[in-house]
Amino acid sequence: MTDGRTLTFGLFLGFVVVTLAITVWARATTKGADDFYAGGRMFSGARNGVALAGDYMSAASFLGIAGIIALSGYDGFLYSVGFLVAWVLTLLLVEPIRNAGRFTMGDVLARRAPDRAPVRTAAAVSTVTVSVFYLLAQMVGAGALVSLLLGIRAGHRFLGMSAAAARTTTIVAVGVLMICYVMFGGMKATTWVQIIKTVLLTAGAAALTGLVLGRFGFDVSAMLGSAADASGSGAGFLQPGQRYGRDVPGDTYRTVVGKLDFVSLALALVLGTAGLPHIVTRFFAVPDARAARTSVSWAIGLVGVFYLMTLALGFGAAALVGRHAILAQDPSGNTAAPQLARALGEHAAGRVGGDVLLAFIGAVAFATILAVVSGLVLASATSLAHDYFGQVLMLGRPRESQEVAVARFAAFLVGSLAIVLAVVARNLNVAFLVALAFAMAAAANLPAIVLSLFWRRFTPGGAVAGIYGGLVASLVLVVLSPVVSGKVDPVTGENLSLFPKGVDFHLFPLENPGLVSIPIGFLCAVVGTFVTRGKADPARYDDLAVRALTGVGSH
Amino acid sequence: MVWGARPARRGPEREGGAGPGHYAHDARFVLLRRRYARLAAGVALGFLGWYFGYVALSGFARGLMARKVAGNVNVALLLGLLQFVSTFALAGLYVGYARRRLDPLAARLRADAAAAAAEQAREPR
Repeated sequence: MTDGRTLTFGLFLGFVVVTLAITVWARATTKGADDFYAGGRMFSGARNGVALAGDYMSAASFLGIAGIIALSGYDGFLYSVGFLVAWVLTLLLVEPIRNAGRFTMGDVLARRAPDRAPVRTAAAVSTVTVSVFYLLAQMVGAGALVSLLLGIRAGHRFLGMSAAAARTTTIVAVGVLMICYVMFGGMKATTWVQIIKTVLLTAGAAALTGLVLGRFGFDVSAMLGSAADASGSGAGFLQPGQRYGRDVPGDTYRTVVGKLDFVSLALALVLGTAGLPHIVTRFFAVPDARAARTSVSWAIGLVGVFYLMTLALGFGAAALVGRHAILAQDPSGNTAAPQLARALGEHAAGRVGGDVLLAFIGAVAFATILAVVSGLVLASATSLAHDYFGQVLMLGRPRESQEVAVARFAAFLVGSLAIVLAVVARNLNVAFLVALAFAMAAAANLPAIVLSLFWRRFTPGGAVAGIYGGLVASLVLVVLSPVVSGKVDPVTGENLSLFPKGVDFHLFPLENPGLVSIPIGFLCAVVGTFVTRGKADPARYDDLAVRALTGVGSH
Repeated sequence: MVWGARPARRGPEREGGAGPGHYAHDARFVLLRRRYARLAAGVALGFLGWYFGYVALSGFARGLMARKVAGNVNVALLLGLLQFVSTFALAGLYVGYARRRLDPLAARLRADAAAAAAEQAREPR
């Protein structure tokens, strides 16, 4: 075990050294705002597409989905489908956004506003809120992961640290590294970190997939059958209903609520992706809208192939590692993929093989987390410096060097905030924050983007109302939902909420707010258009429409 | 220099003369917009309908989803895989259509705008 841990640590250290070297190079070549926010817009469509896939494939999708498939079978697959089909909507919106904006979503919205300040402020607030929630989920996850991957249990020590200390150290180390990448290397360094991570992640998943399928003679049906047999649920393992929308016999209300909850999650995934700040920011790292479209095509291909491979990883883990062994390591199944790696390696090359493969997958998981959090910090820093500082505080007339300096400082600020929050929340179950981030992106950002681009009568007041309405609705509904209070495992009586057992103020039955908060976001945008002062300016709409679809005057 | 030395940003108010909005009623732009709107609406409704149909079947038609198709592969798994296939296909169709029917129109409008801007730059002010 110790050898494997040292190897994981060594491989990850290698990744860190290479990426820091890239950061030093990026620092030297990053001069102005275009360089810092958009990597000089010099990335090719394909390269940026690889990075885009990297921004999207978080550890939650790699370890999380593999784990859900390993424990709940088909439902984990059902979950992964939403993450992929969401890209169709993104493909439809990428060119208009790239053409109309400069660095951020706020640029697109502000095109229709004579007074930019309220819209820019709202865009920055939404960007930072969504990013910080997503960051928090990733960083707390990193802390939990290190104890699992390095095999540190209570009472054991690694490099002289106890499990609790290792957890905090990991969160801080991940945070400091992401701040370094973004502060010094801006978009250039972040993009290269994403590219390397995507290559490693895809290679790792492909190696495991090949080994899994090889074990079953490349017969997918045999793999599925073996997974179903080992799961203890038989054929039900390959059918819907193990995890999402479970049928509760004799309780129609809970059955329906469970099913609506999944529809709500699916809605947030499908509509949220195109509004995620770190995805939108990446549209601007290419020379023009055509290249941005190529990026999204590449991302669709890579993300799709990756999720198909998680199918083999998840079912493979169910068949080869087994439910009990997975549950014993981590009740939520996050270690299914690493455990599978070890089992496959051991089968192929004995104990050393197991250690090596586990070490590789563990290092890939850390690289994945590090890359995703960097993208999120960059998106927040860009929006704070460009939308808020540059356009609101400096009235649209900042000095470029000044704005970039503020962006670097904002990266430090947001990164530090995320570290502090993650350390405070390190022992809480915050996995729901990923779904919340998608729901907020769908409820707050998507209405503003879509209506700005395509509705002639839409006003800046509507955009502001839609953003705040969608954000607040999502947040309030989650606070009042069972993920925050009052959810108890019906069998074991174990507390499944954020708040301790006994505290119960939940009023909203669904765990995912999207089903209600996304319509509220759209509704606020429409109502805001009619009730706030100021009419839509047709000249500005014409200007935006022509820019968005043709690229005339784009940056 | 405080604000002036770097090239002025191309906002609508700084464009000098006709901005991009000038082309809003150009027949080519109207055609481009109509094509994009039809395409985007069709693709969006098609994929949302197909995806949520699949989600609904997973939630409410479990008997159908459990039916075996080949070996251990059942309807649920097959429809899930078809979601992947259809996403790739829709993306391919959209990109192909955009290349053939949208890009050339947009390129011509961009060329016109560039020529008009060059013209304006030549005129003494």
